[in-house]
Amino acid sequence: MTIRISAPDTASKGDIIELKAMIQHPMETGYRSGSRGENIPRDIITRFECRYNGETVFAADFHPGIAANPFLTFYTKATESGTLAFEWTDQDGESWSESHEITVE
Amino acid sequence: MAENSFTLTRRLMLTGLGAGVLSSALPFSALGEPEDADKAIRDLFGDGEIREGKVTVKLPPIAENGNSVAITVSVDSPMSEADHVRRIGLFSPRNPIPELAVFELGPRAGKAEVSTRIRMAGTQRIRAVAEMSDGSLWMGSASTVVTLAACVIG
Amino acid sequence: MRSLGAAALLLLAACSGSRGEGPAPERTTLPDEVKQTGTAFLQPETRALQEDDFANPGMLWVDRGRSLFRETIGQSKSCAACHGEDGSELDAAASHYPQVDEESGELVNLEGRINLCRTRHQGLEPLDYESDPLLALTTYVAHLSEGAPMSVDVSGAAAPYYEQGQDYFFTKRGQFNLACSQCHNEHWGEKLRGDTISQGHGNSFPAYRLEWQTLGSLHRRLSDCDAGVRAEPYPLGSDIYTAVELYLAKRAEGLPVETPGIRR
Repeated sequence: MTIRISAPDTASKGDIIELKAMIQHPMETGYRSGSRGENIPRDIITRFECRYNGETVFAADFHPGIAANPFLTFYTKATESGTLAFEWTDQDGESWSESHEITVE
Repeated sequence: MAENSFTLTRRLMLTGLGAGVLSSALPFSALGEPEDADKAIRDLFGDGEIREGKVTVKLPPIAENGNSVAITVSVDSPMSEADHVRRIGLFSPRNPIPELAVFELGPRAGKAEVSTRIRMAGTQRIRAVAEMSDGSLWMGSASTVVTLAACVIG
Repeated sequence: MRSLGAAALLLLAACSGSRGEGPAPERTTLPDEVKQTGTAFLQPETRALQEDDFANPGMLWVDRGRSLFRETIGQSKSCAACHGEDGSELDAAASHYPQVDEESGELVNLEGRINLCRTRHQGLEPLDYESDPLLALTTYVAHLSEGAPMSVDVSGAAAPYYEQGQDYFFTKRGQFNLACSQCHNEHWGEKLRGDTISQGHGNSFPAYRLEWQTLGSLHRRLSDCDAGVRAEPYPLGSDIYTAVELYLAKRAEGLPVETPGIRR
């Protein structure tokens, strides 16, 4: 799964930083039919978490009403240098992750 | 002649180019009712009073396809340790499943604003409910007219 | 009134029944001064999404394409080994496709060229048309040409393919009995249900189509057009669609490559 992350490389302590995250995923609702009328089974990402040096700073539960290739913009306060970890988990427990190093001065 | 087989299904006839005003490829029975959204909100946030205000939902006035509509929800909150947003739920009164997403925030968010892209099974008013750190519930909403493209074959 | 005209056109077409009835449509052209990329027919929010280098979902395929471009499989050379780590040797290559492959004399589009590279130079199997890796590589390479004006050669060996594509464009087909030209030359800018009819250019493809909820090739779009007029679509990657692609590329001459576009 291709993942795109937008986050600053550096920030000043206390800055509110914008984070964007997108992952390639069909978010198949389970309500669609294929070209021969067969039901296409549900296949969705159900959970997203962003951890800042291990602590969850933002999370989301997704339902089938979230568009394909889920996209999020959210914010966090720059507190210390370290790692922003982004993780998506699907309905079957499979997960994909990406991380971003940030320097806070 | 083309080699692949292509079946002209009834639904394809109904939803396709120039076929009229049928607005969704979903069977009607699958569409939700506003009451379903009310129930979903109660299931998630309990029976407390929900007040209008503090929550702003931004949607485009018209979406040219309901498969992906950009939405931004923001909540008027200092986002401090003592006073912050805990959760924000997005709900649709018309989609087959009323819950769209639930966001978990906290004082470390710094700013209570989230953007994503949602599916909208037709024109409707999307509701956002925010649960604050003191347990109070606030709601805002916005509506979008979902137009249907002419050249759909699904 | 203009929108009524388009609706009436469809109704009439829908009533006329089988394939190819009535006189062939006039071979109209699209004057340069009115030529517009399909992006111009999108609503502002959709246009903004296309222009957002991060949020445009088609960029997921650009990213994947970039990593595939640099990937070495077994003994094979990577694409980057010949074309530069960032594809810098490719310049505006995508703006010149489809073109005739000198070795075989056949018309190839970008997808076809990538597969020829794989089989001739990389010792790899060709990728299936419309497969995710082929879409990703094609989108990445086309994106490298972003902003370059479409400029294809339709002379010499390419001429018969161009003629073939042009004939297709002006042939009524399907139960609606409509030629491409009747919507995209004669009625562009008019309303058709919630849509504004575009001029039918391919300069933003592969594109992320909201209707598909994914990225797809120009051939997939052509196939949808055929299905839309109730004609039997051709297979994706077929020679006829590649010929249509050449005709469309010449017709779009001068418009910038905008891959990955966002379309309804």
